[in-house]
Amino acid sequence: MNRTSFRLALTGLAAGLSLALMQPAAQAAEGHGGNEPPALTWSFSGPFGKFDRAQLQRGFKVFKEVCAACHGASLVAFRNLSQPGGPEFTPGQVAALAATYQITDGPNDQGEMFQRPGRPADRFPSPFPNEQAARAAQGGAYPPDFSVLAKARTYVRGFPRFIFDIFTQYQEQGPDYIHALMVGYEEPPAGVTLLPGQNYNRYMPGHLLAMPKPLSDGQVEYPKGPDGKSPVPETVDQYARDVAAFMVWMAEPHLEERKRMGMQVMIFLVFFAGLLYYTKKKVWSRMPDGSPAH
Amino acid sequence: MSGHSSYVPKTGIERWLDARLPIIRLTHDSAVSYPVPRNLNYLWTFGGILAFMLVAQIVTGIILVMHYTPHATMAFNSVEHIMRDVNYGWLLRYLHSNGASMFFIAVYVHIFRGLYYGSYKAPREVLWILGVVIFLLMMATAFMGYVLPWGQMSFWGATVITNLFSALPVIGETIVTFLWGGYSVDNPTLNRFFSLHYLLPFMIFGVVVLHIWALHVVGQNNPTGVEVKNVQKDTVPFTPYATIKDLFGMVVFMVVFGWFVFYQPNFMGHADNYIMANPAATPAHIVPEWYFLPFYAILRAIPDKLGGVIAMGSAIVVLAFLPWIDTSKVKSMTYRPIARQLFWAFFVVCIALGYLGAMPAEGGYVIASQIFTALYFGYFVALFVVGLFERPKALPTSIADAVLASAHGGSAARIATATAAEPNVKG
Repeated sequence: MNRTSFRLALTGLAAGLSLALMQPAAQAAEGHGGNEPPALTWSFSGPFGKFDRAQLQRGFKVFKEVCAACHGASLVAFRNLSQPGGPEFTPGQVAALAATYQITDGPNDQGEMFQRPGRPADRFPSPFPNEQAARAAQGGAYPPDFSVLAKARTYVRGFPRFIFDIFTQYQEQGPDYIHALMVGYEEPPAGVTLLPGQNYNRYMPGHLLAMPKPLSDGQVEYPKGPDGKSPVPETVDQYARDVAAFMVWMAEPHLEERKRMGMQVMIFLVFFAGLLYYTKKKVWSRMPDGSPAH
Repeated sequence: MSGHSSYVPKTGIERWLDARLPIIRLTHDSAVSYPVPRNLNYLWTFGGILAFMLVAQIVTGIILVMHYTPHATMAFNSVEHIMRDVNYGWLLRYLHSNGASMFFIAVYVHIFRGLYYGSYKAPREVLWILGVVIFLLMMATAFMGYVLPWGQMSFWGATVITNLFSALPVIGETIVTFLWGGYSVDNPTLNRFFSLHYLLPFMIFGVVVLHIWALHVVGQNNPTGVEVKNVQKDTVPFTPYATIKDLFGMVVFMVVFGWFVFYQPNFMGHADNYIMANPAATPAHIVPEWYFLPFYAILRAIPDKLGGVIAMGSAIVVLAFLPWIDTSKVKSMTYRPIARQLFWAFFVVCIALGYLGAMPAEGGYVIASQIFTALYFGYFVALFVVGLFERPKALPTSIADAVLASAHGGSAARIATATAAEPNVKG
């Protein structure tokens, strides 16, 4: 294709888009109504990303001791916690953990539902029997299930960042937002009056949410290192990072396997494409009658 | 173009079969000896890439159906069951969902290639119209497929798009009720969309067979737009020449496909679709999948609902009339100085409409959408007018001449002008 017209087209494209973009920047900031979450460094980002086992185990502890009081994880089974690519608790730990939960099973031969200790194959029991019960207990608000929440939360990246994201593989809007929400509780600015049951958060779209600040420094006790101290600080920021990482694993339990296989597939495809390219060159160097192609 | 068959059965079994069902002859004639212009560039590999994508979508889709439950209360969790518990279910599902996007990337390249090189012109009108039919079927299939995970965007996208039919006078409401299987998008809607989502790909497959049949009757267009004059000099046999080139193009395309599947599997989706469908909660912005955005922008640009539906429909249907809208006798825009600028302007307009389709329908965006919608349709008017007076550059006398000219470092047109002055004995 003609080079000049291609260049012209690109210029036109750039001009048109920048024209269209003058207004959205301002609009996005106010219309969305939440500050943009800071982008953190995650062990699972990028083509070689892997979960940090210790972080997932800590994140699970935060989830179990704090979040799970109101939020379910109904698609996650106890057995998942010992699967490769996750927190990788031992099967023994998982069986012991599952046994601490009471699961409603049945009906039995008498037609009655009954309670029994949990097994690794059971899924996490939800804190409320249904949405109405949850709302009734939470002043009308419904705490969402955590199973895929890390993939269900995002913020607007906008042009041109969404194009750069293809190449940088940035896709951690979910955990960035979750972390930001945990650390984003603050006093409402002057002029904003909170109704009973409302809280102010700088990262929440619209700034108002029903969930009160769930974490505070020192609330969850982390496993101690050999020196008798936790290797990571027991702060809201650290809790938020750990629980967000754990939520990414819950939403995408095969993430490590996916990225590992991706590298194998990529290496194969690029190598195969190289072979095909030179074969193609060889084939096209001569016409069917044996004469040179050009 | 098809000429007489060059297939010679070699074994007794082949001769026996050839006298009864000449299927090997058919395959040989259409995939081995079939002559293709020797000057095709890599944009021509997208036909093969699309065939690959169709088969890939059908194969992954059939396996996904084995694990999916089409019910309003279970569909969302059954998709998550595929993602979590089914062996390589995450891979199948991401291949299928990203495959839809890659299918559209390939089809848009394929369509724009056809637009630039005038592949819709005589004698390829039927071939082109079959392509538009495939495009429409693809859109219907993709739309219904997106409803199946039963997330928020599935549900609300289905609500918005099916509601469009209510704009039609008299029969509109009846059609919508019929599409829904009730008075709102609900389980019956999901069930019929699932059924149709399984049916339509096979219809696409059927029309693709017709598309390839028509292609093999008229032969491929090429970057010069000059028809094949001498099969010996202008063409090469499909195998090995086109086979190996298409295969290389396909594998490069797979690298891009793999990049999204393995590293950015949710880049082209919406976060809201990981929230289960909830008729009581409308998402802040209901946005269709990216490949519908230009048409969505046209729909919303028109303040009147029926007008918007007509404009959106026309934006696609107008493509089918291109063979008669474009008045120029020259196919390839390489030789059409004015139309070439128009083409690139049209390309920019389509991208801009895509961007506007993703933005909220308010304020400046609406005005911009209206301007770009006018420009979209303006392209077709301009193509009609420009063809009447445009003075094209001199065409190469033949495909072989064009290849030789570019190989010798000169521009094809310059040499062609010189040779065109000589008496043309070849044609």
